[in-house]
Amino acid sequence: MTDSLTSQKPTNPPAAVETLLAVKNLAKNYGKFEILGDITVDVRAGEFMCIVGPSGAGKTTLLQCLSGLLAPTAGNVALRGVEVTEPPAEMAIVFQDYSRSLMPWLSILDNVVLPLRSSKMSKDEMGNKATAALEEVGLKGHLHKYPWQLSGGMQQRVAIARALAFEPAVVLMDEPFASVDAQTRSDLEDLTLRVKEHLGITIVLVTHDIDEAVYLSDRVLVLGGRPTQVVDLIETNLGGHRDQISTKSTPEFAKLRARVYQEIRSQAAPGQP
Amino acid sequence: MKTLKNLAWELWLPIVLVIIWLVLSAGSSSFYFPPLADIMHDFGKVWFFNGIVQDLLPSLGRILLGFVIALLVGIIGGILLGLLRRIEEALRPVLELLRSTPGVALLPIATLFLGLGQEMKVFMIALACSWPVLLNTIDGVRSVEPVLLQVARSYRLTLWQRIRFIYIPNASPQIFAGGRLALAIATVVMVVTEMIGSPGGVGYFVLSTQRNFDLLGMWTGIIMLGLLGYLLNLAFRLAENRILRWHHLKNA
Ligand SMILES: Nc1ncnc2c1ncn2[C@@H]1O[C@H](COP(=O)(O)OP(=O)(O)OP(=O)(O)O)[C@@H](O)[C@H]1O
Ligand SMILES: [Mg+2]
Repeated sequence: MTDSLTSQKPTNPPAAVETLLAVKNLAKNYGKFEILGDITVDVRAGEFMCIVGPSGAGKTTLLQCLSGLLAPTAGNVALRGVEVTEPPAEMAIVFQDYSRSLMPWLSILDNVVLPLRSSKMSKDEMGNKATAALEEVGLKGHLHKYPWQLSGGMQQRVAIARALAFEPAVVLMDEPFASVDAQTRSDLEDLTLRVKEHLGITIVLVTHDIDEAVYLSDRVLVLGGRPTQVVDLIETNLGGHRDQISTKSTPEFAKLRARVYQEIRSQAAPGQP
Repeated sequence: MKTLKNLAWELWLPIVLVIIWLVLSAGSSSFYFPPLADIMHDFGKVWFFNGIVQDLLPSLGRILLGFVIALLVGIIGGILLGLLRRIEEALRPVLELLRSTPGVALLPIATLFLGLGQEMKVFMIALACSWPVLLNTIDGVRSVEPVLLQVARSYRLTLWQRIRFIYIPNASPQIFAGGRLALAIATVVMVVTEMIGSPGGVGYFVLSTQRNFDLLGMWTGIIMLGLLGYLLNLAFRLAENRILRWHHLKNA
């Protein structure tokens, strides 16, 4: 999929857009079930891309193929031109299930330090890096608690801090805010936007929530069909600074939202009259 | 303060029982059940400190040595078998069969090959204690949350890091449960092997005093065994409380 599908002209000239993650003719079957059809998409360096699609479309499957956790049936994924076969060092994943993705026997700090242990950093450096990441997500006062002593939103922030401390170029997130309350959810969305700007990383985020997708994204990737294809790749052009109230009340936001909504609805129930 | 309270709560029943025993056995003229006061009087004479040096310390040494060997074998073997699913599946029936065979049934053959000395006793203790640790460790390694393994893969943790930070901690509650069972087994096997083995040890002491019609001495030995088992379990629980703090807090 290319920019030809986007409705609006980009406001900035697309000067030297670097492709970070290239997905080419990716297909994935589970046994004889063809889940992902033929997916081609480029993730640009520094962009925020959200993936939306009907439940069961294979969004999680796509993310796992992107990360190298799952081998594609056909096609390939390349990070900076290098084919991804195992999770690359430049990539971090935030899993949906925060409560199960943290080690209950390690303190918050040790959870964040753990991925750093493979590096050649000294103990102090690791500790400082982890503390800085936890500070970034507003958890400085909880370093020595266990994950299960924190609320759901706080646990997900620990998982985000763990990803950030790893200093990846890309963070993949699978419905990271699906199981927290609405207020926590918008807080975490803004937190994610902020640290993305601050650290200049690329984020690919899977979500069910169309508002969330439009609000966060530079581009929204809409999946649908059976087997799943790329339905649309929409440039949002909502600008760098976003605000839960003002951004969401602009006419552009409403238009984008309606467009994604229709595209998903037309895919969701193909068998019905 | 809290530990003192707990201790009092734990000790009141034993103290009451001892008092009842003291009262009921006072003035007893039965040869087999001498007055507890006499036993306690002898207890001091027998065990402080000749008995402790001659019999208690060797027994304790055997238990600890056999127990530590069992922990090492059980934990290392359990991790390996837990990770190597295919091999474990093939070995499972054999393991279950061996586990179900009472350890002391192997005594005759163990004495044949290892004699009646220290090696045989430590071997028997280690053998009998290994099973609960081994099987519990396998289960603990198996029950790791799959999401955690994906996390480990995505952050490129090495095998050693996975073992050290995921498999062992995940299995630790089960390892401790197996370990506590093993410790109780260790005490039993220690007594049995000492009774049939070469001289030395509290088990040997109990049997030989009985054979010499020194029933007072025998009772002091039995009390010593009870104390030994109790203290070992207490020490184990203290270690467990420290290491499994997260687990106890989480499930509190
Ligand atoms: N390990 C697996 N083996 C067989 N089928 C699977 C497996 N994992 C997923 N599937 C199937 O593949 C399809 C896509 O699953 P996937 O979890 O990727 O969807 P999703 O878009 O993430 O859905 P949701 O929005 O509900 O999370 C589903 O029909 C699911 O039943
Ligand atoms: Mg999913």
